[in-house]
Amino acid sequence: MKSPLKLAALSLLAMTAVSATAYAHRTWLLPSATVLAGKDNWVTVDAAVSNDLFYFEHRPLNLDNLAITAPDGTPATADNIAKGQYRNTFDVRLTQSGTYKMSLVNLGAFASYKLNGQQKRARGKADTIAKEIPAGATEVKLSEMQGRIEIFVTAGKPTDTVLKTTGTGLELVPVTHPNNLVAGEKATFRLTLDGQPAAGLDVEIVPGGIRYRDKLNDFKVTTDESGTFTVTYPAPGMYWMHANVRDEKSKIKDATRRASYTTTVEVLPP
Amino acid sequence: MRLTISVALTTLAVSQAAAADAVVSIEIPRLNVVEYHRPYVSFWIENAGGDKVTNLAVWYDTKLKNSEGNKWLKDMRQWWRKVGRELTLPADGVSSPTRAPGTHEISFDAKTSALKDLPAGEYQLIVEAAREVGGREILRVPFQWPPKETKKHDVKGEHEIGALGLTLNP
Repeated sequence: MKSPLKLAALSLLAMTAVSATAYAHRTWLLPSATVLAGKDNWVTVDAAVSNDLFYFEHRPLNLDNLAITAPDGTPATADNIAKGQYRNTFDVRLTQSGTYKMSLVNLGAFASYKLNGQQKRARGKADTIAKEIPAGATEVKLSEMQGRIEIFVTAGKPTDTVLKTTGTGLELVPVTHPNNLVAGEKATFRLTLDGQPAAGLDVEIVPGGIRYRDKLNDFKVTTDESGTFTVTYPAPGMYWMHANVRDEKSKIKDATRRASYTTTVEVLPP
Repeated sequence: MRLTISVALTTLAVSQAAAADAVVSIEIPRLNVVEYHRPYVSFWIENAGGDKVTNLAVWYDTKLKNSEGNKWLKDMRQWWRKVGRELTLPADGVSSPTRAPGTHEISFDAKTSALKDLPAGEYQLIVEAAREVGGREILRVPFQWPPKETKKHDVKGEHEIGALGLTLNP
């Protein structure tokens, strides 16, 4: 039986893990395929939080905020959603030709404060978190989180409609289409923060299959002043890419903001 | 002039080449495997920069109901990326069924085929084969177009393709 305290700790962990690298765990969505031909294809996607990529060994990734966008820009549905001990999964039927986006956008706020000498925590939405703080609270610390995890899958010819950004938080603007990546070829992407170039940001890139090698083989690239970074993937496979930023640009008064972007891309053999 | 793509015995290819501008001959090896499926094979031409592409032919399972054979076209990864995903299949004069092990020849007349609009320059013939529950192989044959004299280019595959020949006739 799980104690309420442990449950609370777990849910807190699950939420912070989305945006915080203070926890070593990586969050990810992993599609069964990213390049498909023919008609009436399905893809199945795993969602998990783990240390090793891409293995299910820690926690499932919450799918409450899952959104799927079809090539024409309309929302698509996830089928067969299943919750497991180590992973959650869902299927998507690709009824249209073009590029689909599957994203988990977690927007939220945290508060920590002291009340009558006791340390307390609260969480909620950015515009209502202030109401969670009781009168008389001291040492109030507020933080806003904008976590985005997304993947792309293409049936037929790649299209660009779903690649449009929203202007909130950290987002990827593909210059090279994310379903057109080949080992040994240079790929170019841009990162934006609130729609503006995210300059000087480190992007961590980790190839999957960690369990069966001795070195992580990760590498970092840094965005230039236009937010652009380039990657030449050394070998075919699935790659996890992650960037995050902490600043004071929260819409909550006196709060810090942490924005993160995570994607999984498939790199095919030449 | 003619470009012949032949993956056949040299003598056969040469004799056949006389009837076409470009002849490609391809040998599909007989493989001793538990589960054998005929490979999907695609043929196309790229210019030196790889950005101009001329589609020649694709062999795939055209007979399955509901075009289910199209699902595996993406396994010819480079062809899918450079050519396939832009096409609507079946395409007249381009798509045809898979072939049995052995040597097959396809000819392209420079006046009537996809070659008729090919500007003079350096090119590569690219042949990619992918087999269900098997492997994938891609071979490249550099050539000059148009040919000044009859010329045969030969390369050899390692597992999914045997001998590959390209005979060009002016």
